[in-house]
Amino acid sequence: MASEAQSEGSGLVFHPMDQFIVKPLFGDGPIEWYTITNVTLWMSLSVVAIIALLGMGTARRAIVPSRSQSIGELAYGFVYKMVEDVAGKDAVGYFPYIMTLFMFIVCANFLGLLPMSFTTTSHIAVTAVMAMAVFLAVTILGFVKHGMSFLSLFWISSAPLVLRPILALIEVISYFVRPVSHSIRLAGNMMAGHAVIKVFAAFAGIAVIAPLSVIAITVIYALEVLVSFIQAYVFAILTCVYLKDALHPHH
Amino acid sequence: MEGDIVQMGAYIGAGLACTGMGGAAVGVGHVVGNFLSGALRNPSAAAGQTATMFIGIAFAEALGIFSFLVALLLMFAV
Repeated sequence: MASEAQSEGSGLVFHPMDQFIVKPLFGDGPIEWYTITNVTLWMSLSVVAIIALLGMGTARRAIVPSRSQSIGELAYGFVYKMVEDVAGKDAVGYFPYIMTLFMFIVCANFLGLLPMSFTTTSHIAVTAVMAMAVFLAVTILGFVKHGMSFLSLFWISSAPLVLRPILALIEVISYFVRPVSHSIRLAGNMMAGHAVIKVFAAFAGIAVIAPLSVIAITVIYALEVLVSFIQAYVFAILTCVYLKDALHPHH
Repeated sequence: MEGDIVQMGAYIGAGLACTGMGGAAVGVGHVVGNFLSGALRNPSAAAGQTATMFIGIAFAEALGIFSFLVALLLMFAV
C-alpha cells in the first residue's frame, strides 16, 4: 500500500483510509461470507471483552467489589437509569437489548482505539445492521402493542387541523430517515476521527513538524476516547427515544 | 473527457457538501450553549436534563451527517 500511495505522487506515506480495508486474516483469497477477516477478529474480541468484564467480573459477586466488578456494576446502573429516565418505567423490560447494544458499541469503539487495531463500528455495514434491527424491532413493537393506532404517532393532535397533513408528511419522512442517521452517525464519527489521527500520523514523518503533529495526535486521541463513549451513549439513548415512541405513540 | 468533467463535478460537489458540517457545528454549539446557560442559572435541574441535551445534539448532528452522506455518495456512488 505504501509504495502504491507514493507512486501516485501523493504526499502521504500511507493513505489515511487504508485502516478501514477489510482483509482476510489468513491468506489473500477473495472475501466470502464465511471468510475470517479482521472484522471478525475485532468483533469477537469485543464480545470477549464484554464477557470478561460483565460475566467474569461479576461472577464472584463480592460485597466489596473488585475493579472489574465495580466497572460492570457502574455500566449496568448507568444504562438502567438511562432506559428508565428516557424510555419510561414500562420500557425496563427492553433493558437487556439496549444494554447489549451499548456494551457492544463501547467495547468495539474502545478496542478500535488501540494502535494497529480495526474499528468494526467504522463500517456502515456493521452499524446499519444494528440500526435496522432497532428500527424494525421498534416498528413491529409499536404495531403489536397498539395495532393501527400506532399510526397516530404521525398525526399530531395538538397541532392546528390545517397543519396536520403537512406535519404528518414530515413526521413520516423523519421516521423513515431514522435508521439512516442512526447508523451513519456512529460510523461517520468513528471513521472521521480515526482518519484524522492517521492524517496527523502521516505528518509526523516530516522532521520539522513532527513534534507538533505528535502533540496533535495525543490531543485528538483524547478527544476520540471521549467521542467513542459519547457515540455509544447517543446510539443507546436514541434507541430509548425510539422505544418510547413505540410504547407511547400518542402525543 | 466527458467522464472527467462529471468526476470533477462530483468532487467539487463532495467538497461543497462539507459546508454542511459548519451548519451542524453551529447547531450543536447552539444546543450545548443554551443548555449551559440554562444549567448555570439553575444547576440543581441540570443533572436531569443531560440526556435531553444529548438527544438534542444527536438530532442537530443528524443533518450534518446527511451532508456527509451526500459527499460519500458523490465520491463513491455517482
